[in-house]
Amino acid sequence: MVGLSSFSYLFSELIRHSQSRVTAIGPLEAKLDAAGFQVGARMVDLISLREKSGKREVKLKNVLVLIQTSVFRTLFGKSADALAQYSSDDAEEYHIVDNEPLVNRYISVPRDMSDLNCGAFVAGIVKGVLAGAGFPAEVVAHNTPDDDGRYPYCTTYQVRVTAVDVRAREK
Amino acid sequence: MNSFFVMVGSDDTLLFENQVINNGKAASLASVGLSSGMDKADQKDVLTHFVLFSALDVVDEEMWRTQNMFLRKVDKFEEWEVSAFVTAGNIRFLILHDARNDDGIRTFFTRVYDLYMKMALNPFYKLNSPITSPSFAAKVRALADEHL
Repeated sequence: MVGLSSFSYLFSELIRHSQSRVTAIGPLEAKLDAAGFQVGARMVDLISLREKSGKREVKLKNVLVLIQTSVFRTLFGKSADALAQYSSDDAEEYHIVDNEPLVNRYISVPRDMSDLNCGAFVAGIVKGVLAGAGFPAEVVAHNTPDDDGRYPYCTTYQVRVTAVDVRAREK
Repeated sequence: MNSFFVMVGSDDTLLFENQVINNGKAASLASVGLSSGMDKADQKDVLTHFVLFSALDVVDEEMWRTQNMFLRKVDKFEEWEVSAFVTAGNIRFLILHDARNDDGIRTFFTRVYDLYMKMALNPFYKLNSPITSPSFAAKVRALADEHL
């Protein structure tokens, strides 16, 4: 357990540190993504040891449910709000939705950088968990505020698995 | 029992290896080794790695058929058997051994997994890089003495 204030302070420093080394939004998100990846890749084994008593997940859907529940609960204190599958011809595509992402709670994004979503860090975590479990995927964080303004920081993590051998395993 | 233990990362790099030789029988593995100019010890090393890494192909197929981490015997070579264990993060543990001892090997794998996790949670350890910590090696040797 880490206090929210300590975490927010550390996270804002991570962003400041990353931002001072890049000039555009894309590379900044890539840096946050890389930092998250290291967290995610370690979470796979940790969660399995703590909660799954020696079982591995071998199906993509099960790994995503694990992320939505166990991983989010361990890291952020609550499960992600939704997990949905989207049909796509060239990929296995899933969306994980978090209405109030912990990482964005105290982050005010300047208007000229409105495309930035610091959820890129969480996208990195999701990517790390999937890669660790043997499902290399692209994961992107999107700003998806809802229409009536209840969740202005709502973030959707778009997961796409395109590797041919991984998709063949799912059949 | 004689055993050769290796840990293989999720990108197939060799993370760690440990050998336990209790009697002269281990030499039989060398005797069928390559007949090159290498001395006995080198031949054994090469052959051990060859047998273990060829067993990886079997492991890579088997690991998607079961949720269990311990895969038991996956391959054999003459009188030697290969037992395997796959972690949730797809680190493969392999043991080449000459005597049946499923329970001991299972316990050994599980305990090594605990050790590995404690080390991997250190943010200064780069995942899938060789483990050079002497204390890790000492603890694995102690576990091997106890369970194998």
